[in-house]
Amino acid sequence: MNPPLIEIKNLSAGINGKQILKGISLTVRPGEVHAIMGPNGSGKSTLGYVLAGRKGYDVTGGSVTYDGKDLIELSPENRAREGLFLAFQYPVEIPGVNNTYFLRAAYNEQRKHRKLEEVDAVDFLAIVRQKMKLLELPEAMLKRAVNEGFSGGEKKRNEIFQMAVLDPKLAVLDETDSGLDIDALRIVAEGVNKLKRPDNAAIVITHYQRLLNYIVPDFVHVLWNGQIIKSGGKELALELEEKGYDWLIGKNSK
Amino acid sequence: MSESTNTIEEFVASDYKYGFVTNIESDTVPPGLSEDTIRFISAKKNEPAWLTEWRLKAFRYWQTLSEPKWPNLTYTQTDYQAISYYSAPKQKKTLNSLDEVDPELRKTFDKLGISLNEQKRLSGVAVDAVVDSVSVATTFKTELAKQGIIFSSFSEAVAHHPELVQKYLGSVVPHTDNFYAALNAAVFTDGSFCYIPKGVRCPMELSTYFRIEAANTGQFERTLIVADEGAYVSYLEGCTAPMRDENQLHAAVVELIAMESAQIKYSTVQNWYPGDKDGKGGIYNFVTKRGLCKGANSKISWTQVETGSAITWKYPSCILLGDNSQGEFYSVALTNNCQQADTGTKMIHIGKNTRSTIISKGISAGRGQNSYRGQVKVMKGATNARNFSQCDSLLLGDKCGAHTFPYIDVQNPTAQVEHEASTSKIGEDQIFYLNQRGIETQDAVNMIVNGFCKEVFRELPMEFAVEAQKLLGVSLDGSVG
Repeated sequence: MNPPLIEIKNLSAGINGKQILKGISLTVRPGEVHAIMGPNGSGKSTLGYVLAGRKGYDVTGGSVTYDGKDLIELSPENRAREGLFLAFQYPVEIPGVNNTYFLRAAYNEQRKHRKLEEVDAVDFLAIVRQKMKLLELPEAMLKRAVNEGFSGGEKKRNEIFQMAVLDPKLAVLDETDSGLDIDALRIVAEGVNKLKRPDNAAIVITHYQRLLNYIVPDFVHVLWNGQIIKSGGKELALELEEKGYDWLIGKNSK
Repeated sequence: MSESTNTIEEFVASDYKYGFVTNIESDTVPPGLSEDTIRFISAKKNEPAWLTEWRLKAFRYWQTLSEPKWPNLTYTQTDYQAISYYSAPKQKKTLNSLDEVDPELRKTFDKLGISLNEQKRLSGVAVDAVVDSVSVATTFKTELAKQGIIFSSFSEAVAHHPELVQKYLGSVVPHTDNFYAALNAAVFTDGSFCYIPKGVRCPMELSTYFRIEAANTGQFERTLIVADEGAYVSYLEGCTAPMRDENQLHAAVVELIAMESAQIKYSTVQNWYPGDKDGKGGIYNFVTKRGLCKGANSKISWTQVETGSAITWKYPSCILLGDNSQGEFYSVALTNNCQQADTGTKMIHIGKNTRSTIISKGISAGRGQNSYRGQVKVMKGATNARNFSQCDSLLLGDKCGAHTFPYIDVQNPTAQVEHEASTSKIGEDQIFYLNQRGIETQDAVNMIVNGFCKEVFRELPMEFAVEAQKLLGVSLDGSVG
């Protein structure tokens, strides 16, 4: 078996003294896709933010080992440079900052971190064009400011585009399906599938099962009240769809 | 919330890299202001009698005025008797070429990143460098002269083209305009003069670098630019000063005149010493800049990037007299630490079908206070006048302030005036988003601020835009914890 890419052990974390994650353990190996499902308020997005190192989200217990390193010790930017990517549920607008310019800055930060030479604008454009083709994205997206005036679907596609360019080892997709119509959902999911390789992994956070029709997970975990209350294979998602979260939550609270 | 505020505050400390003092011998008059001082300056510069009289008239008028209290600024008023009104780098004779410039002075310009030789050779920018009160070198003069373009120090213009100077001096900013303009008219020592003849498109950017070097002096320069019918000129102005504990006064006047179908584009990157973190020292920048679109179809465009000075008081304006004339004002003003800025523009529509555009971007950090003050006035005869104003403020941290004072006065019913304003903070979510893509917080803030200013930066000539972006970065630079 491959060594784990990320190993979360008994992780507890909260915001403003409020405990949200209450002892989560999860191991993800290269080549795997894990789905984290759960009702609203169960701690799904918090898990994404804690892994990415968002300020204000404090780890109060447990450990996270990522690619052999103590993840919690790394700054948010160094986690990114080490290949951890968070696709945001609500991508942020950066008015006036050109999408390509921004993405090249991000790409070069990663290159510098890995002691590789930075790429110039011309070479970068070639890399970007190739990824756009792969994801069937319009070139116009390159000329626009980061997420400024983008529709919900465009923002999500821009997240996947960034993911394609930055080529992370571990991608955490936070409710990438929310706010997408069925066509946009398919495009986004196909993008994710095309980027899948034996040496990278994804944690797909979602509320609904429908995304998992397109991105087929190897494992499904149900998060409720800050804990993983059930894990299983892809069939667990279908079971949840059929029976609802109450089926598990009810059982769990007995 | 408090977390993100802390992050932002960590940068707000900035280092001023132009704060060196150059050891140039200078010729300085003792502090104090009287008719004698003015006669002394005038005599020192071998001025004609009409100019001495003009100065004295302004001085007498100035004595009847008191310093304006309406700006949204708090500062200790200047003691005008404690300032020296004339300081010139000591030179033995008139310079024939740059090689004769004092090597110490040359070093100053090298430190500023404007090696005059480099400028001369590579970039094709004609430079007039003004240190303290005197123009020390003007490049490219002969080449420009072949096309009939006059580009020289103000003093030389007075000597060689008195008829032009006398005709236009004070015609846009009369000595009666305001307190600082009156003071400038009385004591101005040098500056730049530029005349573009009919139908000539100036083949290069003209540029003046101003530097206040001597201690306890004020700098009072005057710039006069005349673009005759169908002419075009793009003019750049940059400024720096050493770090000194006392406040130094800079009260300049700039007058632009555009004849029929002429165009003047005036760009400023102002980086006077802003004072230290606690507000000690720094330049008081009280400047009157105004352009007259005298002829039909003329256009004047002001672009300014104001990052320096302890106090900035400045309203580059356009009088749109000619029919179909256009005025533009693009501004970025950054106040950090204890800096204060009260800046904006006036667009006075007099002719028919006149158009004006105002884009103002204010950035406040530290305890900086940033006010936009703008007037749009449409006179009775200005049929179909149009104005669009957009004032955006960006706040970094929670101890700074942004203020907007728009004045709109419309006397013609066919006019259309639009005003948009917004205030935003750099969000913790924006910084986290960029962090998550591998960009550290300081670079993230710079990126967000530069994005905010984009509409203004794209109006600047290429190399100036690059300089302006760097300058914003430096002004917000500091340690990230």
